[in-house]
Amino acid sequence: MNLPEEIRIQAENINFYYGEKQTLKNVSMAIFKNRVTAIIGPSGCGKSTFIRLLNRMNDLIPNTRVKGRIILDGQNIYDPDVDVVTLRRKVGMVFQKPNPFPKSIRDNLGYGLKINDIRDVNLIEDTIRHSLEEAALWEEVKDRLHESALRLSGGQQQRLCIARCLAVQPEVILFDEPCASLDPISTKRIEELIEQLKEHYTIVIVTHNMQQAARVSDYTAFMYLGELIEFGPTEKIFTIPEDKRTEEYISGKFG
Amino acid sequence: MKRSTRVQYLGFGFLYLAVLISVLALGAIVYFITVNGIKVINWEFLTQVPRRAMTRGGVAPALVGTFYLTISAILFALPMGLACAIYLTEYSPKSAMVNVIRMSINNLAGVPSVVFGLFGLTVFVKFLGFGVSILSGSLTLGIMILPGIISAAQEALIAVPQSLREASLALGATQWQTIRKVVLPTALPGILTGVILSIGRAAGETAPIMFTAVIFYTRGFPKSIMDEVMALPYHIYALMTEGTFPERQTMIAYGCALILLLLVLMVSGLAIYLRQRSRKYELT
Repeated sequence: MNLPEEIRIQAENINFYYGEKQTLKNVSMAIFKNRVTAIIGPSGCGKSTFIRLLNRMNDLIPNTRVKGRIILDGQNIYDPDVDVVTLRRKVGMVFQKPNPFPKSIRDNLGYGLKINDIRDVNLIEDTIRHSLEEAALWEEVKDRLHESALRLSGGQQQRLCIARCLAVQPEVILFDEPCASLDPISTKRIEELIEQLKEHYTIVIVTHNMQQAARVSDYTAFMYLGELIEFGPTEKIFTIPEDKRTEEYISGKFG
Repeated sequence: MKRSTRVQYLGFGFLYLAVLISVLALGAIVYFITVNGIKVINWEFLTQVPRRAMTRGGVAPALVGTFYLTISAILFALPMGLACAIYLTEYSPKSAMVNVIRMSINNLAGVPSVVFGLFGLTVFVKFLGFGVSILSGSLTLGIMILPGIISAAQEALIAVPQSLREASLALGATQWQTIRKVVLPTALPGILTGVILSIGRAAGETAPIMFTAVIFYTRGFPKSIMDEVMALPYHIYALMTEGTFPERQTMIAYGCALILLLLVLMVSGLAIYLRQRSRKYELT
């Protein structure tokens, strides 16, 4: 790997509070451009909380507070003058459980364009096709775009959600345990997809599956009890970790 | 037989019995009203005005009046109730004030309908000067069914999975776009169920319109929403309590009841059709 990398997102001294409880402690970390960064750690370590800060998804949870800065394109995304809608168009997200809208496959993909006031039918059709191809779903659904997205299998639904995210042309894609509810074959397809997507996108993936992190990511962050314990190239984290806790976690002593 | 199995049989038997009694009661109502009412129903009954002290002719003005009152009440209460429900579930901060509002709405649902009638008389008929009219009556009915619509809409909105809201917002939709294009369409079937229940209530109530919209007898049809009208429930009440030809009047009352039943069925049928259509992409 050719260092130095280009930094896409820089988190600086992030502290997060849920009511009185502090769930992230002083997390600082860089997300590199066109790389896959995996965040691993046991349940409740704050990895999901952290990734949801990157597109301000935690804004929706009442009674929470963020301290620190997350820099994207030279600006702290928590500055008061940042438009959260614009931010989320730039930083897309795929969730733990596939969450297609109860609409047709076509309308699921067209949704992001419609809310952006794109009305050009040809452009919409092209984008739908292109996004589905990019998400390796086109061949399976091209003859049934009018059908309910809920008729697809779990793995197909998750790829549909990825396609839906790609359709609005984000620059960064956040995956929050995208395979948690999928079977091994679907999981493999999503992993292959992530591998291909990093050519055009910057990717952050939260996973509780260490093998997955080792397979798909270039960089790995290990979090424990709200702290970032170790961050570095995936190879190094999985072979010669510096911290004892990282070593214990990846060797399966706890988790 | 094991004791636990016997208890289970007993439990299931009780559930079965409860369903049976409910269905029988419903069936009996429909049966008796149909048997008694069908005799007087013909084309004249549906299209003519009452004649000879309401013992001859038809009940068309009452039919039309109830139709107008019900539709106007829904047209008023649905947007209003929906707006309230959206505010309460999607926008309002979790505060003590909002809880008080919620509790008030729930209590409003328990207020007897005659109280709404008196309220309508004081506020719409007298204070706002709308007089005894379709407008006063449908606003009164609308306020009466408002709590039901708000509750149904709230339930339906709360039942929309948070994950769909997140999916929409994560694509860069505003909260308003999310509500309009994802949350509302998903909640629509539940909202329409509330509307269907409200239609029956609005069409069938006598007390709220007694002082605000209806008159005992008119030969004409309403020309504007400021006109007073006849209405089926009130007409039934009048036929059964006043007049000089009780036998004949009772038959007509049954006829009216049957028509009222069919009218509610028809309007609800439309809402049920809309509900089915809005479920197109749901899995059954």
